Amino acid sequence: MSTALDKLVAVVRGGGKVSETTPPTGRADVAFRWLTAACALLVILIMAGMVVELFYNSRLSLKEFGFGFLWSTDWNPVLQKFGAASSIYGTLVSTILAMVIAMPLGVLTALFLVELAPPGISKVVGAGVELLAAVPSIIFGMWGLFVFAPFMADHVQPFLQQWLGFLPLFRGAPLGIGMLPAGIILALMILPFITAVSRDVFAMVPSVVKESGYGMGSTTWEVTRKVTLRHGIRGIIGAGFLGLGRAIGETMAITFVIGNSHQLSASLFEPGNSIASTLANEFTEASEPMYLSALIELGLVLFFMTVIAQMIAHFWLNRVRRQMGDGL
Amino acid sequence: MIPRSARGRMAVDRTIKVLSTFFSLLALVALGWILFAVLARGMGAINLQFFTKLPTPPGMAGGGLGNAILGTGIITAIATILGVPIGLLGGVYLAEFGADSRLATATRFTSNVLMGTPSIIIGVFVYTILVLPRGQFSGYAGAVALSIIMLPVIARTTEDMLALVPNALRESALALGAPRWKVTLGVVFRAARNGLVTGALLAVARVSGETAPLLFTALNSPFWPESIMRPMPNLTVTIFNYAMSPFADWKAMAWGASLLIMAAVLVLAVGSRIVFRQKST
Repeated sequence: MSTALDKLVAVVRGGGKVSETTPPTGRADVAFRWLTAACALLVILIMAGMVVELFYNSRLSLKEFGFGFLWSTDWNPVLQKFGAASSIYGTLVSTILAMVIAMPLGVLTALFLVELAPPGISKVVGAGVELLAAVPSIIFGMWGLFVFAPFMADHVQPFLQQWLGFLPLFRGAPLGIGMLPAGIILALMILPFITAVSRDVFAMVPSVVKESGYGMGSTTWEVTRKVTLRHGIRGIIGAGFLGLGRAIGETMAITFVIGNSHQLSASLFEPGNSIASTLANEFTEASEPMYLSALIELGLVLFFMTVIAQMIAHFWLNRVRRQMGDGL
Repeated sequence: MIPRSARGRMAVDRTIKVLSTFFSLLALVALGWILFAVLARGMGAINLQFFTKLPTPPGMAGGGLGNAILGTGIITAIATILGVPIGLLGGVYLAEFGADSRLATATRFTSNVLMGTPSIIIGVFVYTILVLPRGQFSGYAGAVALSIIMLPVIARTTEDMLALVPNALRESALALGAPRWKVTLGVVFRAARNGLVTGALLAVARVSGETAPLLFTALNSPFWPESIMRPMPNLTVTIFNYAMSPFADWKAMAWGASLLIMAAVLVLAVGSRIVFRQKST
């Protein structure tokens, strides 16, 4: 308390002259309050404007193709026939791949940071993982296309084909670009988010509970599996949805490595596309109103996919936080 | 109940420990690999001309990306001027006035959703409101798109940072007769200064590497930026265009630009951590 007062005295003496210069007027306060409320309201207005504009500007395509837009595989700017199926498929496949890779990786990394690593190492590794989140998407794209794709084509894909080539997933020429590299790079990009939330969840488990486990003679893994993970599983699911929301809309890195083809293919080696990569590639080329409208409708679909993922994450994590808060 | 053998349990435990150590190092390896690749391939393109000259047609020696560097600086500066004050004031409302009111709850929720909205969608939105009606791409539209990305980030960090300021500080200032706005801007802001600067730096770091929202707002241009109402050259879209071109010297330029962007973003990100740490000491 005294430090707060000291600080206040210092602040006021330092140059505030609060009481002398301005007599407390109610009007200025009311104006200030309204100003801040207007700024807060602006966030909501932008969001509402986004929904309205996306709907309004995709009206041509909405009217022409109806719901069939969602499952039509046409994408022909010359004939003015558009369907979102290949883009939606690519978005889903690359996102699922990224989740399958990043979830276990993120949880294991968090486990290492919280339970296993000595504090010094934990700090360094943690900072490195956070730094990975700061790397811009386009840098991932450059690295993915010019460094990682050749590596995939020369080392990883022939290896996968040799051992798992009987699966339709791994057929086709090992080009280095396509769904699989896109999924792997997406996984690297969302890994920091999943790790960060999982780390918080693990740290929230009361140490008394863990110590009781150790006191019974459990190993670290047993305590982790039966106490920490069980305690934090719902938080980790929430982390998954947060990562999912990020992965769905990731644009530049995917545009570089996914191959940009409107073909649907079961193989992860074949080039594909995602909603975001289609927008990035074709938006400035779209000269006809219908083409532009179809692209904006793609944007609308992507927008709703991310909003749904975000909302699930938001409400789920809020619930978990409340329950864990009550339970502790 | 028969107790399981300790040896098996220990073996499982050790395997998991090795695995989790290995996988957590994987993230570091990826980071190191990316940093190394950008540094190794980008260094060659960086020289004085890179910062001062206009780009040359493919095949012609020399030239630089001076215009794109300047353009990225202008766009980011305008975005910061637009986004930071509005975000700060919005955060003030959430922390100081809104509390649990309906507007504050709705704003918090919307901010979270807006933060998770793909930046390319924000690009499409700004295209429809600023580019389509005028029929022209502009640096100013790009700046607006970036400021929309910054807005929720700054509002939420501001709220969090102001919430850390002890209430006694506000009460004491109010008791001295200071009006609420002066208490907020003069006392609470000063107490939370480091946190607020951190939030702003992180937001700038986040948008300065953005490409997707600029693709169809600011577009790109091979000339020096003349007016913010016209297409504006910028580094990230230049990287995209050059990387997709078939010319080796353009690709080399793209690596140089990548190095520059990467360095700027990392300096901002690490700088914000240092600013934040000062607070705790």
